[in-house]
Amino acid sequence: MKFSEQWLREWVSPALSSEALADQITMAGLEVDGLDSVAAVFTGVVVAEVVAKQQHPDADKLNVCHVDDGSGEPVQVVCGAPNVAVGQKVPFARVGAVLPDDFTIRKAKLRGVESRGMICSASELGLEEETSPGILELPLEAPLGEDFRNWMKLDDSTIEVDLTPNRGDCLSLKGLAREVGVLNRLALSEPETSAQAPMHDDTFPVRVAAPERCPRYVGRVIHNVDVGARTPLWMAERLRRSGVRSIDPVVDITNYVMLELGQPMHAFDLANLHEAIDVRLAREGERLTLLDGQDIALNENTLVIADATRPLAIAGVMGGEYSGVSTATRDVFLEAAFFTPLAVAGQARSYGLHTDSSHRFERGVDPMLARQAIERATSLLLAITGGEPGPLSETASPDHLPSERRVHLRSARIEQCLNLALPGEEVVEILERLGMHVVVDGDAAWQVTVPSWRFDIAIEEDLIEELARIHGYNRLPTRRPAARLGLRADGESRLPQARLRRQMVARGYQEAISYSFVAPELQALLAPGVTAPRLANPISSDMAIMRASLFPGLVKALMHNLNRQQSRVRLFETGLVFRGELDALEQIPMLGGLVCGPRDPEGWAARRDNVDFFDLKGDLESLLAMGANADDWRFEPAEHPALHPGQTARLRYRGEAVGWIGALHPGVRAELGLKTDAFVFEVRLDAVTQGNLPAFTPLSRYPEVRRDLALVVAEGVPVQALLDTLREQAGEWLTDCCLFDVYQGPGVAEGLKSLALGLTWQHPSRTLNDDEINQLVDAIVAESRRRFDAELRG
Amino acid sequence: MDDLPNLVAEARVAIAAAGELASLDEVRVRYLGKKGEITTLLKGLGKLSPEERPQAGERINQAKQQLSGELEARKHELEQTALNLRLAAERLDVTLPGRGQASGGLHPVTRTLERIEGLFTRIGFDVAVGPEIEDDYHNFEALNIPAHHPARGMADTFYFDATRLLRTHTSPVQVRTMKSQEPPIRIVCPGRVYRSDSDLTHTPMFHQIEGLLVDEDVSFADLKGTIEDFLKAFFERDELTVRFRPSYFPFTEPSAEVDIQCVMCNGDGCRVCSHSGWLEVMGCGMVHPEVFRHSSIDPERYTGFAFGMGAERLAMLRYGVNDLRLFFDNDLRFLRQFA
Repeated sequence: MKFSEQWLREWVSPALSSEALADQITMAGLEVDGLDSVAAVFTGVVVAEVVAKQQHPDADKLNVCHVDDGSGEPVQVVCGAPNVAVGQKVPFARVGAVLPDDFTIRKAKLRGVESRGMICSASELGLEEETSPGILELPLEAPLGEDFRNWMKLDDSTIEVDLTPNRGDCLSLKGLAREVGVLNRLALSEPETSAQAPMHDDTFPVRVAAPERCPRYVGRVIHNVDVGARTPLWMAERLRRSGVRSIDPVVDITNYVMLELGQPMHAFDLANLHEAIDVRLAREGERLTLLDGQDIALNENTLVIADATRPLAIAGVMGGEYSGVSTATRDVFLEAAFFTPLAVAGQARSYGLHTDSSHRFERGVDPMLARQAIERATSLLLAITGGEPGPLSETASPDHLPSERRVHLRSARIEQCLNLALPGEEVVEILERLGMHVVVDGDAAWQVTVPSWRFDIAIEEDLIEELARIHGYNRLPTRRPAARLGLRADGESRLPQARLRRQMVARGYQEAISYSFVAPELQALLAPGVTAPRLANPISSDMAIMRASLFPGLVKALMHNLNRQQSRVRLFETGLVFRGELDALEQIPMLGGLVCGPRDPEGWAARRDNVDFFDLKGDLESLLAMGANADDWRFEPAEHPALHPGQTARLRYRGEAVGWIGALHPGVRAELGLKTDAFVFEVRLDAVTQGNLPAFTPLSRYPEVRRDLALVVAEGVPVQALLDTLREQAGEWLTDCCLFDVYQGPGVAEGLKSLALGLTWQHPSRTLNDDEINQLVDAIVAESRRRFDAELRG
Repeated sequence: MDDLPNLVAEARVAIAAAGELASLDEVRVRYLGKKGEITTLLKGLGKLSPEERPQAGERINQAKQQLSGELEARKHELEQTALNLRLAAERLDVTLPGRGQASGGLHPVTRTLERIEGLFTRIGFDVAVGPEIEDDYHNFEALNIPAHHPARGMADTFYFDATRLLRTHTSPVQVRTMKSQEPPIRIVCPGRVYRSDSDLTHTPMFHQIEGLLVDEDVSFADLKGTIEDFLKAFFERDELTVRFRPSYFPFTEPSAEVDIQCVMCNGDGCRVCSHSGWLEVMGCGMVHPEVFRHSSIDPERYTGFAFGMGAERLAMLRYGVNDLRLFFDNDLRFLRQFA
């Protein structure tokens, strides 16, 4: 809602500067978004009349004019505007005038002809942003020689308030003035809106078939309206300052009344109304061509204003072209109705519309306002366009009008909510200023009747907010909350996510946050075959499906960085992935990582080679080790459609599949145009965050025994299987088992590999002897041979 | 025997001439070794008469001690020289960068959320999280957002079907907590939220952190105190001016927007605060009784306050980031700045 400060001050004018007034309004909860001058700074411009006009002798597009600027002598000025004409009143910048941007008007010669001043356009005076096509024509009654700025009252500001949706009552000068009056304890001076005496008996029949949606419909026939009349400049200016374009006097007046009182109105061309107005729901298949020329198919739950032949308007949203006022209109039918917020809510949006009218009705228009608005519009019409009003007709359904709301308010509750003992007199005084009717109702309690324009007050807390608001939020007491100090167990074996993140950071990863919705094609490439929910209304096609994996986001971030010369990328992300149909949806917290490019940051001492699978695996293992339960984890050779079939493992935690790690499949990389290897992992956070409580084992005082073995097995034998066998056979005193070399090459037959293992035993209470150890080693070798065809390397 | 002075003089010359430990050792062997010349003289003492023996013995031992001392001193000297040479050879340019992995960094949003969580958990709040695909009951209805409210439209909210949607705020976590816990409740709820909006100053996903405190005797004054403390702590400015402006949210009554004096220009007016001197940083209010009723909490006995803020906005103000969209590009050149 945007309005002229001068206009507001006609209603109520507190002794405050523009800035202080704007601040006061803001702090009352009506946030001022802008305070701007209505015109740029200029001086020396007066109202003048064009008294003569001749073609410039040497320029086709210029005219040599003489203007009377009230000084007596006509002034010669060369003017290039196409619309300049003798007899016009115009804004005229005299020699010495300073126009916006410090442009000083001087005596000049244009193509050899002297010019002493300038006839101005609206944009040259900063009244319009867009360059005006011609000079600004003023009404003929504009007083000759009068300072243009004063006469136009341009020393004014527009105030724009960004109203919250509960304050529909402030979508008018009247509503805003009411608030300002309350804040400053000032009475309002309302414009005269006396009943207009009918000059004939004509009415137009109105039938309301949907009274629950339209409990009140007020109309009036006005004959012989002169649509050719001009909207007075003062009205056009007020509309302009409210951001409303002037169209024709009838439409301008309905808009003006809407801005002034808050009642949206509509004017029909009576000649195009047939038989009767019917306020009803749209019927199947009905269409309507709107005022803006758009042809729409009406929904069946849309309330329309129709006549006997067709729908004429969407109630409370927009009128139709057919029945609108045109240059041919002579008789009009004025409408001011109360459509309930629910009847209008969502209607405009369903047609892609948003109008000043729908904006107000959705938020609630004062149901008691329609008559006053019609009378006000009638009196303006008669003054501007002339015409003969008929009697006012009202169709009302009292049962469906909003009932009077009474709210019980307790002093104790005020204190409970605000921690402030507001004196009873002050409570009553504030509420009464807000237009509420207050009666004492019990001990330190009141019955408060809410005025018809306040749709937002229904419960005690709403009244408490009003008291707080008018009292001033910043004058309310402030304290620190008190609470009982209670300790809570925090589950020491669980790893907080924050620690996992820090471990990734310590391993050189930057944390990424990518969108939870991804391009379906990317998801199909990186997580094929996984079902994920699709958005019904995505913001764009590449954000249309929920991620079923962290891979798409990480890979997208990788490509973003590779495209920006960042060749070494280490990223991780935590967040939900979404899997399954909506009815069996899983929202799973995951941790994922990606590495690509050189192993070390570039440097004089850095390893120059690129990362491989084991770099990423090592980083992941460092995370898993934090839970002190590394033995619960297994990396199992497996295949994943997006990953390299020979460089992929499924992660299992206590046997359950909880994640993947692997190299991106070369085919997938080719699809993405990714030239370097990239390695990714993702794992369920609920598994990673599980850990064990540390359990102490006493330190043995007896010596360790170490044996190194080199076992030769087929290269396809997974080391993990061999290690599991080994642990199984090595007895309870094995304290460490380390794979310290994997060898293929001379000395080891083709297709085989040699695994060098260091085994350490230690007994808690005695020295182990060689025989025992030899037996264990023999058992290990024998079982390895049996299961894997392993041979001791000679 | 009378050669002794000459022998000693000769040995001293040899000691001084020895340029390295090996040749010095040769000198030691020549004079003091098992078959060394001094040793040989000592062995020859037995041939002397008992009268001569003590005196001669003493002279030879003196000579031996003198030479041992000088050998030792020379050895130490040579060792010292050798060490100095080695140390000189091992000199490194210690200004060269170190070896190995550089550490990474947390995303600025995580950093901001963790900091805020920390401030509140230290005074007894818990961190609560919840699903991001929500139903309209938890996201809207239980929060007293009526069916025809514009926020429920397709233009603002991402839907999957008629009732399931991406949460538009983290408030559903408050609802779920209130339904499952008895007061007192003190939680902060950080997380991703989604709104159908994408332009210079909006991304379709962003992060919020909301707080909720429900107990007996919780008032708007407690809300004001908590928010003021929080903002001063977050921006590390004790003198930060905070103001509360009446506003409207369906789930709180009374409701307020919170402005702080612009942290960029200290309230003088700048581009960041649109020359107003104020920055809107969060919304808050007293929990609406209808919201309590949805969670079966008695609004007569319990009162509570809730607040919510955007993590990206706070991160932008705190770290001076001027483009919201940078947060989700995951550009390393951006991310590294918050390590």
